Amino acid sequence: MTATTRPVPAGPVLPGRGSLRGFLHGLPGVDQVGAEQRAAALGTRSIKTTAKAWAIDLAIRMVDLTTLEGADTPGKVRALCAKARRPDPTDPSCPAVAAVCVYPSMVPVAAEALRGSGVHLASVATAFPSGQAPLEVKLADTAAAVAAGADEIDMVISRGAFLAGRYDEVHEEIAAVKQAAGAAHLKVILETGELGTYDNVRRASWLAMLAGADFIKTSTGKVPVAATLPVTLVMLEAVRDFRAATGRQVGVKPAGGIRTSKDAIKYLVLVNETAGDRWLDPDWFRFGASTLLNDLLMQRAKLTTGHYSGPDYVTVD
Amino acid sequence: MPAFDYAPAPESRAVVDLRPSYGLFIGGEFVDPADGSAFKSVTPASEEVLAEVAEAGPADVDRAVRAARAAYDDVWGPMPGAQRAKYLYRIARIVQERSRELAVLESLDNGKPIRESRDVDLPLVAAHVFYYAGWADKLRYAGLSAEPAPLGVAAQVIPWNFPLLMLAWKIAPALACGNTVVLKPAETTPLSALLFAEICQQAELPPGVVNIVTGAGATGAALVAHPGVDKVAFTGSTEVGRAIARAVAGTRKRLSLELGGKAANIVFDDAPVDQAVEGIVNGIFFNQGHVCCAGSRLLIQESVHDEVLGALKRRMARLRVGDPLDKNTDVGAINSAAQLERIRELSAAGAAEGAERWSPPCPLPERGFWFAPTLFTGVSQAHRIAREEIFGPVLSVLTFRTPAEAVEKANNTPYGLSAGVWSEKGSRILAVADKLRAGVVWANTFNMFDPTSPFGGYKESGYGREGGRHGLEAYLA
Repeated sequence: MTATTRPVPAGPVLPGRGSLRGFLHGLPGVDQVGAEQRAAALGTRSIKTTAKAWAIDLAIRMVDLTTLEGADTPGKVRALCAKARRPDPTDPSCPAVAAVCVYPSMVPVAAEALRGSGVHLASVATAFPSGQAPLEVKLADTAAAVAAGADEIDMVISRGAFLAGRYDEVHEEIAAVKQAAGAAHLKVILETGELGTYDNVRRASWLAMLAGADFIKTSTGKVPVAATLPVTLVMLEAVRDFRAATGRQVGVKPAGGIRTSKDAIKYLVLVNETAGDRWLDPDWFRFGASTLLNDLLMQRAKLTTGHYSGPDYVTVD
Repeated sequence: MPAFDYAPAPESRAVVDLRPSYGLFIGGEFVDPADGSAFKSVTPASEEVLAEVAEAGPADVDRAVRAARAAYDDVWGPMPGAQRAKYLYRIARIVQERSRELAVLESLDNGKPIRESRDVDLPLVAAHVFYYAGWADKLRYAGLSAEPAPLGVAAQVIPWNFPLLMLAWKIAPALACGNTVVLKPAETTPLSALLFAEICQQAELPPGVVNIVTGAGATGAALVAHPGVDKVAFTGSTEVGRAIARAVAGTRKRLSLELGGKAANIVFDDAPVDQAVEGIVNGIFFNQGHVCCAGSRLLIQESVHDEVLGALKRRMARLRVGDPLDKNTDVGAINSAAQLERIRELSAAGAAEGAERWSPPCPLPERGFWFAPTLFTGVSQAHRIAREEIFGPVLSVLTFRTPAEAVEKANNTPYGLSAGVWSEKGSRILAVADKLRAGVVWANTFNMFDPTSPFGGYKESGYGREGGRHGLEAYLA
């Protein structure tokens, strides 16, 4: 991922100190019916043949291959890293994924396994998934993950503080984590399934970007509602508008619940027709997923060979 | 070239089995016209001839009206409502079963994108027939009269913009109420009506209940002037609507007209901008703007003009114009050479009168009838493009300062079919909608149709309502 450490330029549309609330509440509203209609309409795009092959390869390159289980062990993480480097051992033309995403305790193992591969190493941090811990603990969590070799940090915001309207607190927390993360890229998880409205998704997106997020991410995958097309649409509109206002580009990562190639292609259509070409790149769009990769590999093999290989022909790591 | 270049995804034409020529559908069968004349129906996307269609003369119209009268007197009029409903339900189910075939045919003959014929037209057609099937045995409870009775034979003349949907809007309530019909589809889009005639045969609808006479203006004029007709229903231009009103004046015939429009789509400064932009695009570029209720006058509050216009242009640049049968096409072909000429003429007038014209970069196919999505800024109320119905993918952008000015400008038109209001403030939506003189007012959406909702105009947009309980009134005494 390219490093962008340039600070947010103070444009006329951006808030001064103390006016965060006024700014966020002054953003145009999101009409729920309209947003869902638009996402559904884009979901009917028919992506075939050459376009499908291109999209599947891009989607593979955008996967943050994830394991976030209490049962994770060094063995499991090493296997995942091997898969990330060479998703399809039978086909050298198959690209590597973007990153591996693990808990902080697994970062040293993953760092060792990924060395020299070019695959990024993301660690969740800041008392993932609830975010319910004191700030010092969150910062220590972040610093430890970076020190152990993570070059991307997936943090969670305090949804409680956000929903209570304490926007300054959330802003300061994100800014502090950004500082603790140093050169590592910061992905800010909004946990949209807990935010309740698209208006809140838009506000949280802007809040995170203003505080220095390099990426905004939908979900932890640990609450019932994870990534959806309309939520991702609203976030893509936010990064598009933020770039137009500030010149700084921020990435988007839907995570959780994206399991099939068909789903992934719908997201890519959404990126294409909302934010545009600039975001059709693993530096600016990622899929947080554990099972998606195998479906992408099966569809890729189908396009190459003309027949489905079946789940026994892709590795289960 | 864009990074993500969608490969062609054409819907197969093989599902449609077109005959080389079609007769008139009279008395339950296809018959040759008395004088043997015919015309060709082409696909506007390439000007390829699809089929040859009979042209009905006065003798054919007379035959059709007599067939409808006989069916009314002997079968359909006396039939209990519950029985009529069975036929309508059967027709609706067959429409659903054959919807892919109908959608492809509609896109071929009309030029509209398959995405719309598949996802909008056909589902609405089936829903409309289902809806009125439900009324057939409940007419006494519609609150219109204690003993509602059908009118008799309905002469129905429909336009080319939604050929099958307009057919359903006309035929379903007429049949549900116990009338029989003679319907004339538009001369550029007769084919889906003829496939519908086959569906009537398949449903074993009694002969003569639905008759379809194809032809141009002369056929329509003969039909509405026929003395055996009890009811005339027309959807089309205000000009032709006036002629029809004159033709039936002083007769016993009941008349309903659904005519032109020049709808205002009003965007307030507190609108949900991204969805408003979608609504603007849907309002004017849906069906190539061949929509009587199209949001062809965009009124933007001046304080958000630049922001909304910028977002609108960005969105317009994403519209995919081309092959109507490609599943990824957003904007298809203009229906006919004559309509294309009218759009060109009015657009030229807009530029000549000083409005600023803009279209996104948009390669158009060489054959067929095409017009790039276009918007005009700097338009004033006095410009022709702000007053006349263009019936094409051309949007006129005006501004306003206050809600009162928005209402004044929106109502400053001889038409009054539809309007749109975009605001996150519910009280403003209600206050403005109350003052708009338009038959339909959409709030934070546009071009949303439902069979349960009445549709129709104020002023020169016509009279009578179609859809909903109100739609029954046009076909009951």
